[in-house]
Amino acid sequence: MSAEANEGLSRRGFLAISAAALGGVMLAPGIRLIEIAAARAPDQPASKQVRWGLLIDTNKCEPGCDDCVTACATENGIKQTGHPRTDSQWIRKVELKDMRSGRVHSAPVMCQHCAEPPCVEVCPTGASFKRADGIVLVDRHICIGCRYCMMACPYKARSFVAQELTDQNPDVPRGKGCVEGCTLCVHRVDRDEQPACVEACTKAGHNAMIFGDLNDPQSEIAQRVAKYASTQIRADLRLDPGVHYQGL
Amino acid sequence: MAESVVYRQLSGPSTRFWALLVLLAVPLALGAVSYFYMEHNGHIVTGMDNQIVWGMPHVFAVFMIVAASGALNVASTASVFGKTAYKPIAPLSALLAVSLLVGGLTVLVLDLGRSDRLIVAMTHFNFTSIFTLNVFLYNGFIIFCAVYLWFMLERRMNRYAKVVGMGAFIWRLMLTTGTGSIFGFLVAREAYDTAILAPMFIVFSFAYGTAIFVLLLLAVCRWNRQPIADALIARLKNLLGVFVAASLYFVTVYHLTKLYTTRYDDLERFILVDGGVYTLLFWGGQVVLGGILPLILLFHPRTPRSGIVAACALVALGGLAQMYVTIIGGEAYPQILFPGSIVSSSFFDGVIHPYTPSVPEVLLGLGGVALAATIVAVALRALALLPARLDQVAGPQA
Repeated sequence: MSAEANEGLSRRGFLAISAAALGGVMLAPGIRLIEIAAARAPDQPASKQVRWGLLIDTNKCEPGCDDCVTACATENGIKQTGHPRTDSQWIRKVELKDMRSGRVHSAPVMCQHCAEPPCVEVCPTGASFKRADGIVLVDRHICIGCRYCMMACPYKARSFVAQELTDQNPDVPRGKGCVEGCTLCVHRVDRDEQPACVEACTKAGHNAMIFGDLNDPQSEIAQRVAKYASTQIRADLRLDPGVHYQGL
Repeated sequence: MAESVVYRQLSGPSTRFWALLVLLAVPLALGAVSYFYMEHNGHIVTGMDNQIVWGMPHVFAVFMIVAASGALNVASTASVFGKTAYKPIAPLSALLAVSLLVGGLTVLVLDLGRSDRLIVAMTHFNFTSIFTLNVFLYNGFIIFCAVYLWFMLERRMNRYAKVVGMGAFIWRLMLTTGTGSIFGFLVAREAYDTAILAPMFIVFSFAYGTAIFVLLLLAVCRWNRQPIADALIARLKNLLGVFVAASLYFVTVYHLTKLYTTRYDDLERFILVDGGVYTLLFWGGQVVLGGILPLILLFHPRTPRSGIVAACALVALGGLAQMYVTIIGGEAYPQILFPGSIVSSSFFDGVIHPYTPSVPEVLLGLGGVALAATIVAVALRALALLPARLDQVAGPQA
């Protein structure tokens, strides 16, 4: 009798352990995905749980300061060649003066990493693409240099490489005849670092730029966007850019 | 009637034909040299930059692509709408359509930053892109025209020509819709972002294609020393007149659409009043020389044939002016990121963008025109596509 009971118990126990193990195997990857939302291993694909974005406070952005622009150029190997009309500019400082009030302020403008990017829609080969985590990039291997994305971008955020390049940054390969733009320093983000422009702004003590995961309610950027009024450039187009501005 | 038409090749001594080819080889060679020069040095040697991203090559390319679909008008009128008077010249119409399209596409492809990656454009598709759709529409158009030509010329296939002609006609409407939509669906720039661009481009194509076709028809008849019936020319010129008038109507509606929307007032002021070269090309080139003057010449009862030739040439030149205003004028006007603010930046925000076409760009465009002309010349010499007689034409009911 007791032997039978023991036998029954062990069968139940076996089933329970099996169920728990199976559940664990099925659920663990999901839990793991949530875990890695902030920083992911190099062999893991970008997660769509994440929406990388920037919050720029134009009240804190110092007119005339271009530390973000310089940092971007250094990080991505962008050099001025004396041809300002053809030189690439991934980020620029726009000085603004309100026509009615006369208020003067300043804002860095770069690729706005739209949720619905027109550049991705118009690209004939799919070279313009949006990564799962919201970063809009150009695949330099299949960009044919048609510049349709430049025609379609409402933010004038893209540049065309019009001449041979030298001394490139190995992390950021670029090429003559291809279109390029702000990558949100994707190579740094993937190493769990901040984009170069944000780092430079913080270093200069302005703290006008915050980078983070807009989808993470605990992140500073998400909390600030939730608490204070912010806007997106050309919000009327409803492209839902990942770059938000305060003080515009 | 079509069955009784006898076709022949471009006649004349071969020295004359070779002289023509040598003449065409000059702009072809210059176009090729320009391409290699731009390809080697990068687009820095052109007038295009990060502000004016599409320049003179696109003016030529889009003009030829738009004109290509319109060049098929005569064939469509013959097959689809049963106007037998046009049947003898329908093959010439299909040939011109294919040639113009190939010429235009060649310019477009050779202007690419990475023209060596053309195979990528043919193997990687993004179906939300109008360009991708156009890859299919353009290739399909060439196939349609080729089959159409074959069915028109092959007696046993004649009975299917109408069906293929109908297909080609619908296809060409889709094609020009696609070309107009390259611009029409761009929300980023104020001059575009309107659905009227697609039908407007279709009407432009009717005018440009017919004008170039009439010029070609008169040129080959002159070459062959072949008389051409006044009645046929009269019909063609009246057709062209209607298309030119319709083009002017669409241009008016386009600008009224923009003028009616308050936020586009500055754009309209730029194009219509103080835009310098764009204002000049719009009023002087597109409207007066390319529209009103040809209308007067085409509908004046005593216009001689030379006047009709002049009218056709003016319509084509007006078309180039229109493309310049539409494409480059549309880019020259700045993108407004911050309405209500005066802006300045190192990236030329908020200012009118200057553009001076460079010599290589223009030569590349002219090379494309020469390529189209060469294809027409060689095809007419090699294949019997021209009617032996054009001095008799079917009556007005035909």
